[in-house]
Amino acid sequence: MPEPVAAATLDIPGRVRELFTYHFMVNALAAGTAVAVMAAIVGWFVVVRRQVFAGHTLSLVAFPGAAGAALAGLPAASGYYAACGLGAVALAPASRSGPSRGAETAAIGTVQAFALGCGFLFASLYHGLLGGVAALLFGSFVGIDDGQVLTLFAVAALAIALIGIAGRPLLFASLDPEGAAAAGVPVRALGAAFLLLLALAVAATAQITGALLVFTLLVTPAATAQALTSRPVAGMLVAVALALIVTWLGLAFAYFSPWPVGFWITSLSFGFFVLARVWRARRARSACGTSPTRRLMLPPGPPKRRRRRTREGGA
Amino acid sequence: MRAEQVLRLERAAAALGGRTIWSDVSLTVDGGRFVAVLGPNGAGKSTLLRTILGLVPLTAGDATVLGAPPGARNDMIGYLPQRRELDPAVRVRGVDLVRLGLDGGRWGVPLPAWLPGNRTGRAAARRVTDVLELVDAAAYARRPIGELSGGERQRVLIAQALVREPELLMLDEPLDSLDLPGQRSVAALLQRICRTRGVAVVLVTHDVNPILPYLDQVVYFASGRAMAGAPEDVIASGALTGLYGVPIEVLRASDGRLVVVGQPEAPHVHTPRHA
Ligand SMILES: Nc1ncnc2c1ncn2[C@@H]1O[C@H](COP(=O)(O)OP(=O)(O)OP(=O)(O)O)[C@@H](O)[C@H]1O
Ligand SMILES: [Mg+2]
Repeated sequence: MPEPVAAATLDIPGRVRELFTYHFMVNALAAGTAVAVMAAIVGWFVVVRRQVFAGHTLSLVAFPGAAGAALAGLPAASGYYAACGLGAVALAPASRSGPSRGAETAAIGTVQAFALGCGFLFASLYHGLLGGVAALLFGSFVGIDDGQVLTLFAVAALAIALIGIAGRPLLFASLDPEGAAAAGVPVRALGAAFLLLLALAVAATAQITGALLVFTLLVTPAATAQALTSRPVAGMLVAVALALIVTWLGLAFAYFSPWPVGFWITSLSFGFFVLARVWRARRARSACGTSPTRRLMLPPGPPKRRRRRTREGGA
Repeated sequence: MRAEQVLRLERAAAALGGRTIWSDVSLTVDGGRFVAVLGPNGAGKSTLLRTILGLVPLTAGDATVLGAPPGARNDMIGYLPQRRELDPAVRVRGVDLVRLGLDGGRWGVPLPAWLPGNRTGRAAARRVTDVLELVDAAAYARRPIGELSGGERQRVLIAQALVREPELLMLDEPLDSLDLPGQRSVAALLQRICRTRGVAVVLVTHDVNPILPYLDQVVYFASGRAMAGAPEDVIASGALTGLYGVPIEVLRASDGRLVVVGQPEAPHVHTPRHA
């Protein structure tokens, strides 16, 4: 790693300029930007569709994919895309929304462990891995080449274009599957297509954050945005802004400090998440008991049957 | 300019998974009528709505929906499915759900109405506001739907089904999770929509009593057949005895409620849990 020039002073503009003097750092920031935008938008749908578990599975499959590709002498990025794509195809029939989720989660959990084991084997068989197992699992920002940056931008553009085309029906199918099906939205087909899009986003994100920390860009900014606003478009924009902030700051902090980028990005996005939850909890408490309209709108009668279902689980 | 006859089934039969659910069903519904679909669990009430939408094909007979075969004019039908899975943890506002009912099937992304030049967006937002006022849900439509009471939620969902100004509104057990006053007020709302807008309402219910004063017509499903007609003709001892094939007695309580006694299964027209 190059010697930080302005590290000793608090000269912020100087430090920012310094970040852009190294090609590898420019590449890392560019790749991080593309990944952050895509992961936040796709992740917003993941949170709304409650497909966090599917995202987790795909990110774990990414690890043996990348390690296996390296072992076979291919670029690790190709391993990410291939493994996640295959994972999405395998998950598609299982993730059909239905009541029989329990049995599937057990089976998928078994596959997750197996995938991690395979990845570990591939990584130990191949010793020339840049940054080693830790980089594949927890991310690294050195060694992102120009081709990888271009691919990431192309993938992000594709993902955003797809959301631009199918965003509204996908939103309908995600928020209200029965209502969407009644309105003629192809709910099943959209679900399968979204899983492939998710695979693409996971494969891209894993290249920056590592397989285990994909959620830090995919799910945490989206969950934070959900806590802040229930408006769909606003929520997606907030998620994108948060993902960009934590990516840029995380890369910069990792550059100037001895601590790894994975730590910085996860702790920054976790910090925002906690702040958002605290803010919402306080707002909910202060709004409690001051809802005269609600009183008036309720038909007279025994109020006991009013079901209280606030903030179950959350996300 | 409402269609004279919105619905017509002639000797129709429907099957699911190779099993005939009902057959020889004939009925007509005119525009602006309030119709209840009754019958025990599994009698095929939801199946009737799904055949009208063209989601389940008829195995025999004929159906005309808004002057066309089933499925051809679904854009003119508002449909509220049974058992709606709206995750309370996902914070979606009522207005957004209603708006999706208006244009959620269209490709593209929903753009905010305040964007310059977004005239269709503003017109759509106005339409959503109007329909929310129509169902008296404007006061809480901007709150997350998971925080609403059962009755408030049901009103928002009825607004979603109404937002495209359908000629036929079909609701599958919309009164299910409501207490008695809630049932009465939703029923009164539906009747108002039915009368003032000329929308034909077809409503599946377990308990006919909260809506009895508003009904024009009843379709009663049992034993794989159905009977349609005026409420007092269908919910009557003789008619139901003929339909079920076993002796049935319809009693009228002193407060006007109907109680059906002697069904092969649990009582359905009046469910005691609401008493
Ligand atoms: N996909 C299916 N394949 C086979 N049979 C089905 C299918 N769906 C429903 N059925 C059967 O069809 C019958 C009618 O179902 P339907 O949902 O129309 O009943 P219902 O009158 O709406 O009942 P409920 O009051 O419980 O809602 C039931 O016996 C049910 O078991
Ligand atoms: Mg049903």
